[in-house]
Amino acid sequence: MSSLTQQLLSITGLSKQFAINSETVQALTDINLQVTPGEFISIVGASGCGKSTLLRIIVGLDSQSSGEITLGGQAIHKPGVDRGMVFQEARLLPWLTVRDNIAFGCRSNATNVEKCRLVDEHIALVGLAGFESAYPHQLSGGMQQRASIARALVNRPKVLLLDEPFGALDAFTRINMQQEVLRIWEAEKTTMILVTHDIDEAIYLGDRVVVMSSRPGTIKKIVPVTLSRPRDRSDYDFVQIRKEIYAEFFEQSPKPFAYAI
Amino acid sequence: MEFIDINSRNEGKERCTAQVQAVSAGAEHRWGFFLLPLALPVMLLVVWEVLSRKGFIRPTILPPPTDIWQVVVEMTVSGELLKHLLISLERVVKGFSVGAVLGLISGILIGLSPRIERAVALVTGLLRPIPIIAWVPVLILWMGIDEASKITVIAIGSFWPVLLNVIQGIRSTDRKYLEVATILEKSRWMLLTKVILPSALPSIFTGIRIGIGIAWMSVVGAELIAASSGVGYMIMYARELSQADVMLVGVFSIGITGLLIDYIIRTVESRLLKWNV
Repeated sequence: MSSLTQQLLSITGLSKQFAINSETVQALTDINLQVTPGEFISIVGASGCGKSTLLRIIVGLDSQSSGEITLGGQAIHKPGVDRGMVFQEARLLPWLTVRDNIAFGCRSNATNVEKCRLVDEHIALVGLAGFESAYPHQLSGGMQQRASIARALVNRPKVLLLDEPFGALDAFTRINMQQEVLRIWEAEKTTMILVTHDIDEAIYLGDRVVVMSSRPGTIKKIVPVTLSRPRDRSDYDFVQIRKEIYAEFFEQSPKPFAYAI
Repeated sequence: MEFIDINSRNEGKERCTAQVQAVSAGAEHRWGFFLLPLALPVMLLVVWEVLSRKGFIRPTILPPPTDIWQVVVEMTVSGELLKHLLISLERVVKGFSVGAVLGLISGILIGLSPRIERAVALVTGLLRPIPIIAWVPVLILWMGIDEASKITVIAIGSFWPVLLNVIQGIRSTDRKYLEVATILEKSRWMLLTKVILPSALPSIFTGIRIGIGIAWMSVVGAELIAASSGVGYMIMYARELSQADVMLVGVFSIGITGLLIDYIIRTVESRLLKWNV
């Protein structure tokens, strides 16, 4: 495969077993995924399909049982600042202000001047200017998540991993944050992998939607989304893709129930 | 998206006005705020005074509050009360500093390393239940009757609560924050100073408050047994002279000083932990 050299992130034959009460649970089975630089990948699946585990392995918090992940040709074994991660909870340190939280993301070897410049840039990028000295508890959920994204991006990671980042937000804030992430992605050209259980969100954001099935967690289908951005959720092609992905989850039901915004 | 941005800004403002309202509401209730805690002590003092004046209580056993107040004024004017209080306070500051610093360092080491905890578990388990007062005669034998033995007693007394609360605080650091620091490749030093210690700070403060309380109790205990100065000595000496009023001045000044110390620590705590709401 000549295109392999162009891959930024390459996952081959990845499997993961957990031991729970001396019973082996197969969390992930034979995951294969190639991600090109600057691509936006959405991973969608029901809860318990191992999609979060996959992200945790990529970021280095968990390790795989077998298989290999390479980032820019280098095998991944432990966490590193070349990968950023945003969790469902913002996980901002409550004792630090927004500015200090984002500065906490900076590489340890960055000089102070460099740090300040990067932090200011990223505060502006996520639209938190004016809230630099606020503490996390003073921010709304959406703003906390913005700060969390800025902290993850401040090192300019090769890939940003988003683990259901908008799952805890209300519907309006969620749509707003999806647009924000898209804007940031277009501005920064960072490769992004988003895990979600929201099919609309997956299609709205992703260049490709990876559909995962549960028990054992494996990739069932990869659906390319070639629609131009910004995407219209009520667009005919959008709805067709949604139907296609829906069918993967509810294939046994003769007529998938109506789905509208 | 601008629309929601503006909304979230407004949300911040609403929060601010809500706080302002809460503050002004507090001002309206300020009288009740101060009167409520004062009602009980004032009532007790009045009952005590009346019972004494009517002859129900013998003044040689329990003098009336007004007589005690008289002694407070006399002893304050002569500087005797302040002299003894300051001597005791100085011992507390010295002993507590030693005990708290040792407790903090050992607490961090034990909290971070289950191995160290296992290694010292038997020794700490054996030493911890020993009442501080039991150490006083032993320490007098070892160190003499001077300052050293008293400061050591206080240090031992304040060491334990600080140690236990530091361990507890460090252990309860949220895994989620540790994961964030791991992903960001933070050094162990950064992990300790930026994540673990700040997160343990509320618990550390609890240890400090309990510790300084015990330090204050320990100093009086040590002075009651062997001393030639300090509030404890003042009380013992007054007992020998059957001066009930002086004894009670000593006893209550211990209580009031303890209350003030706790108030100061609480103030510092709420300043330092304003993120902890």
